[in-house]
Amino acid sequence: MSIVLALVTALLFACGSWLLMQRRLTRIIIGIGLLGHGANLLLITSGGPGGRPPLIGSDPVDTMSDPLPQALALTAIVITFGVTAFLLALGYRSWEITRDDAVENDIEDTMVARREADGPEGPVDDGEPTTSEIGEM
Amino acid sequence: MSTASLVPLPIVLPLLGAAVTVVAGRWRAIQRAVSVTALAALVVISILLLVEAEREGHVVQVAGGWSAPLGIALVVDRLAGIMLVVSSVVLLVVMVYAIGQAGAERERIAFHPLYLVLATGVSASFITGDLFNLFVAFEMMLAASYVLITLGGRPDQVRSGMTYVVISLVASTLFISVLALLYAATGTVNMAELSIRLAEVDPGLKAAFSIMLLIVFGIKAGLFPLFFWLPDSYPTAPGPVTAIFAGLLTKVGVYAIIRTQLLLFDTPGWMGTTLLWVAGATMVVGVLGAIAQDDMKRILAFHIISQIGYMILGLGLLTVAGVAAAVFYVIHHIIVKTALFLVAGLVDRRAGTSRLSEMGGLVRTAPLIAALFAVPALSLAGLPPFSGFLAKFALVDAGLEVDRWAIVTASLAVGLFTLYSMTKIWAGVFWGERDTAPSREPMADGRLGSPLWMVVATASLVAGSIAFSVWAGPLHELSLRAAGDLLDPSVYVEAVLGVDR
Repeated sequence: MSIVLALVTALLFACGSWLLMQRRLTRIIIGIGLLGHGANLLLITSGGPGGRPPLIGSDPVDTMSDPLPQALALTAIVITFGVTAFLLALGYRSWEITRDDAVENDIEDTMVARREADGPEGPVDDGEPTTSEIGEM
Repeated sequence: MSTASLVPLPIVLPLLGAAVTVVAGRWRAIQRAVSVTALAALVVISILLLVEAEREGHVVQVAGGWSAPLGIALVVDRLAGIMLVVSSVVLLVVMVYAIGQAGAERERIAFHPLYLVLATGVSASFITGDLFNLFVAFEMMLAASYVLITLGGRPDQVRSGMTYVVISLVASTLFISVLALLYAATGTVNMAELSIRLAEVDPGLKAAFSIMLLIVFGIKAGLFPLFFWLPDSYPTAPGPVTAIFAGLLTKVGVYAIIRTQLLLFDTPGWMGTTLLWVAGATMVVGVLGAIAQDDMKRILAFHIISQIGYMILGLGLLTVAGVAAAVFYVIHHIIVKTALFLVAGLVDRRAGTSRLSEMGGLVRTAPLIAALFAVPALSLAGLPPFSGFLAKFALVDAGLEVDRWAIVTASLAVGLFTLYSMTKIWAGVFWGERDTAPSREPMADGRLGSPLWMVVATASLVAGSIAFSVWAGPLHELSLRAAGDLLDPSVYVEAVLGVDR
């Protein structure tokens, strides 16, 4: 049983990590979801083998399953759920603005990179001395 | 009523405030009154708790009436007390600033509740004695920060917000995984009990845990090589939000690193060396990144990274003097960095842009802003007699005590580059002439040129950083005592597990 759970966890982590590397936001969100499931499964597995419901007096204590990881997993699931919903909303907003769900490069990073490529005398978008000084650094 | 019963209040109060501000969403005056009251009360309670922690060593309260390993422990020791006081003061000041600034706070009814939830998460991270609760506290803080950073929904905010949310979620997933593995290995998530049980765990496994936790918190703190998300995402948020993120969020990560590494893993020597390498790389890369930037907020954001390096440097020395210097540095940094970002907000408003190439001459049109910038900027660069000099002096002194010459030299060189960046901002913003039109219309209002409460808030933080240098002696002694507690985990363990209620 726990070897199956371990393999499933590994599979979820592998798929999740692969999807996370993609440019499309929808894939990233699915990747995050898979990673979250993998982590929660790991939490459940960490409590050891399953057993009887942990109600005091109903069964001998050593046959009960450990309730703490289940409680932790429940908390983690709720948190992942909420944040994934927010991420979906953010993705929708991004699609509304750009009509595309690719994650874009940072504008400032691109500008710094372009400045480096153009060199100090290149066609920079403004001719301030400070910018050309940076180009030489 | 004993002081121990105050311990849950830093969590309860702001959360209660958040609930009230949601209900009072339509009435801005009520929202403001509730927020300011809750945060002011938080400051008072934090000071009381710090005083008590200073007297007793540890103030412990176990939730739910269970005894320690079963119930969830809330612990205020000297470090947590210091962090609570500094963070609550900064939270209050930035709230006043936000109220003074038209924009983020006025147009969005969600601002107050989110800000208070953020405050709850920050306080909870400091006082929790339970690793899973630390995760929950982080999530509370981050969930609020996700919304705050995208508040307004501008295209650049959405773009950078996505990077921020995704990277934080990856860190959180990793955190859950470490928790699961730790629980499987030890059967507990209570930090005091973990500290005992991890001593019996195989050293290799223990090393893996400590590295995984370092990565989790390293992402939040912005350590090399995990910092890349930070300068892209922080500057796009509304001014006061950027200030509070820059001042507090990364430092919560640093706090978690200090707490977990020292308490749980009894930090071995190789970990100290690793931390020193990471610290060195973080300092150098951060400061070099800043040089290439043209945007004032991005320069400051890169400096957050480089300054985080200093704090980790103190921790990596693994001596009482080193850890004390790290704690001392964190206090200085929270105040100064928040002040600088508040000034950046004032400049942005006054000049209509935050690009250095589009500004100039503010020293003539807004001398007050120039003065408010000069003090924290020189302090960040480490010039005497400001707080940064004292903090760096403590670090260098601690480093030389154990003959870590290379890292001390690196830290001093980085200080020089920091000064260069600050000079660049000064020359770009305050001197010279403006020769290109700004992207937005500059705003100037009132006799001060900026809204009164924004100036009051910024000035009070600048005054705070000066007060830090005046009372540096007692503060450093307090940091030394905090570091002493941190390097002897048995005190913490006894305080938490020995208590019966």
